[in-house]
Amino acid sequence: MSTTTRFLDGSMPQSQAELSLIEVCRCCAVQTDFIVALVEEGIIAPVVGSEAASWRFADAQVHHVTLAWRLQRDLGINLAGAALALQLLDEIETLRAQITASA
Amino acid sequence: MRGVQVEFKDYYKIMGLQRSATQDEIKRAHRQLARKFHPDVSKVANAEARFKEVGEAYEVLKDPEKRAAYDQLGANWKGGQEFRPPPDWDAGFETRGRGSAKGDASDHSDFFESLFRRGFDESRSAHPGERTFHAHGQDHHAKIQIDLEDAYHGAQRTLNLRLPEVDAQGHVLLREHTIEFTIPKGVRAGQHIRLAGQGGAGTGQGQPGDLYLEVEFRPHAHYRVDKHDVYLDLPVAPWEAALGTQIEVPTPSGRVELKIPAGSVSGGKLRLKGRGIPAKTPGDFYFVLQIAVPPAPTETEQAAYQALAEKFKSFNPRTKLGALA
Repeated sequence: MSTTTRFLDGSMPQSQAELSLIEVCRCCAVQTDFIVALVEEGIIAPVVGSEAASWRFADAQVHHVTLAWRLQRDLGINLAGAALALQLLDEIETLRAQITASA
Repeated sequence: MRGVQVEFKDYYKIMGLQRSATQDEIKRAHRQLARKFHPDVSKVANAEARFKEVGEAYEVLKDPEKRAAYDQLGANWKGGQEFRPPPDWDAGFETRGRGSAKGDASDHSDFFESLFRRGFDESRSAHPGERTFHAHGQDHHAKIQIDLEDAYHGAQRTLNLRLPEVDAQGHVLLREHTIEFTIPKGVRAGQHIRLAGQGGAGTGQGQPGDLYLEVEFRPHAHYRVDKHDVYLDLPVAPWEAALGTQIEVPTPSGRVELKIPAGSVSGGKLRLKGRGIPAKTPGDFYFVLQIAVPPAPTETEQAAYQALAEKFKSFNPRTKLGALA
């Protein structure tokens, strides 16, 4: 039994540049509590909004939510540890891009 | 599972443990290996496969009941051997109905499935929905690897999904479903592409969920990516760097004429503004200059270097080392 769906347009929820709390949760498959905890830990910060209901997040933060979730779930580290890992991973990514491939 | 060859998995060997390992040792080994092979952290080849294997081994060994049932299979099995579970092998062990909190059935090997997953499907179909009930289908999440060039130009892709479905008799069937979709231009690593309505079926008249694809770039032979900036090592001859020149160079958005300024140094960066990954605020493209030293196998070429040395008598490449030089 098989079916085919032809040419769907893949859309990027983030392409509107800003996402609500609910959109971030759906995109990353996490609960709102987790996002609140990330904001409290300073891992992500809303670009707009003083209360959770009016929060708007920038697209680049979505990646950090997914990563923090997986690191915490898979490695048993707390949010402070995940925050440090994310910071170091970001730094490594930048360094990897800048070092010479020929070295 | 019938008709499919199932290979025995040596969970102790996967975890690097003796069969006599304590629960504490098992936990410690899992933590160490999980950090080593975590696909978000590790650059080891096959990290993801190794991570799943370790996770599966831990799921069995951490649970004293599952471990006891597994141990009962005996130490004579070798990893990779064709495996058939002995009839009633798990009689007396209560292992059924204990799901793992993470992942889903498809993450596990056939070996794991043949041992621990029987009974799951039965319990799932044991609650046929009698009442009419409408609910939004579940969102599904998956990863997709794309080439950097796809992010510059957009692309069309085909994805084969195997969706478990319960038929009228309560049997679980895997339905093959092919989706053709477009990758939007400007997508970056870590972003999600949403395919509306391609997630789990809704219940009753509920809408189906969406499918979210998390984007990863396939490592490129030449380009390196940092968020929305792209880097390329560009080899140049010493005289090109010293005197300056104009050369044609590749970028993912096509070939461009690049002016190398006179007096360029090795490791120097030349930026093409806005030629990184496209977006409302596009990234930049960087050439990192690599001065290539021409080999001198013949006397003529060696003489050329000698002449150069004569002309540059006062040049000391090690001045920065100061007193050490």
